[in-house]
Amino acid sequence: MRGLRQASNSPDGRGLVSLYQLQKFLYALNRDEASKRRCRDNIHELLNDFDLSDEERTALIEGDIGLLYVLGVNGQILMHFAAFLGIEWFDYLELMRQGIRKHGPVRAGVYAMTGGGERFTAEERAR
Amino acid sequence: MSLVYVGVLSHAPGITGRADLVKNVAVRNEFYEKLDQQRQEIETAKPDALVVVAAEHFANFFMSNMPAFCIGIGAQHTGPIEDPQWLKIPATTVPGHADLGRRLCTEIMQSVDLAYAEEWKLDHGIMVPLHFLTPRYDLPVIPVNINCQGPPLTPLHRAWAFGQALKRACAAVPERVAVVGTGGISHWPATPDSGKINAKWDLEFLHRLGRADKKALLSYTDEATYREGGQGAFEIRTYIAAAAAAGGPLRLQFYTEKLPIFAVGCTVGRFDIR
Ligand SMILES: [Fe+2]
Repeated sequence: MRGLRQASNSPDGRGLVSLYQLQKFLYALNRDEASKRRCRDNIHELLNDFDLSDEERTALIEGDIGLLYVLGVNGQILMHFAAFLGIEWFDYLELMRQGIRKHGPVRAGVYAMTGGGERFTAEERAR
Repeated sequence: MSLVYVGVLSHAPGITGRADLVKNVAVRNEFYEKLDQQRQEIETAKPDALVVVAAEHFANFFMSNMPAFCIGIGAQHTGPIEDPQWLKIPATTVPGHADLGRRLCTEIMQSVDLAYAEEWKLDHGIMVPLHFLTPRYDLPVIPVNINCQGPPLTPLHRAWAFGQALKRACAAVPERVAVVGTGGISHWPATPDSGKINAKWDLEFLHRLGRADKKALLSYTDEATYREGGQGAFEIRTYIAAAAAAGGPLRLQFYTEKLPIFAVGCTVGRFDIR
């Protein structure tokens, strides 16, 4: 499905990032119990159905929320994946901030961080 | 007139999922009371079905095939797709209304190109409203989606046209129909900016609904909405569709920006039907 690969403004300018495929994997996982079971059993096999870059593949296998966020995964899709991984809410927010500190700004999509990494709730600040 | 109730409410997953984290418990409880009042108002209207005009978050639709509008005409729906422990809403089956859904769809199609689905998975965008409005899941639900998530988004004036078509369709059936639009106004959900709320922008939007000011409601550009209200504010489409279905002004029953842990300004309101 190479024709569906979507260009992204990756800072190194190398190649195309298959963000569409990356998000499609997570969309399928989020909504389907059988996919969740397959993912828990053998994520490598499940990933073979999707045309992913090595960076994306590794990020999924490692559950690297920060990198997935920077790569441009829509927050509504990523949030559900984080919940699937059992990541607590404030940890999820912090992992995204760490991703930006490590990899730079979000490279695609409309879920960029525009608030400067601030913590916007008393509950999180009190942690 | 078979449209017996039209209202709006927020649906963010934190409203149920992060209820226990709230420090501002009195405001949270007041919000829950207003939602329960909304449930009572809907029950008093004795609807045969509840149409939920929602802004789903990739539960059924993805960029592989993204409809501007879709209506769920299945006999039942399942949800939530999210981890029930995370959302704090148990997995359940919700009754649909296949026959009524099909007739509404047929009528709406006379003026709006509407997709339909006999299979529908509910995400927090519908499960959170149902949790408060029909907690026993004994009222048939007809889900509707407007694409508020995957750009290019449904234009605002088309959301208005959809609302008008829904109104006409409800007038053409004998059943009593309740409609709620559910979305956020300004919010930056599922990002590190979660909890940021632009209350001034929210209240301006709510005032426009309160004046039933179609021109002002349809004048927002996506660029300005993104800048002032965040990506979550694209969901104003659901409120705009509800406004068009009702035809009258919104009577705001609750708004607060003081529960940012819910990641949205919390809103409850009811339209006059005209
Ligand atoms: Fe939403």
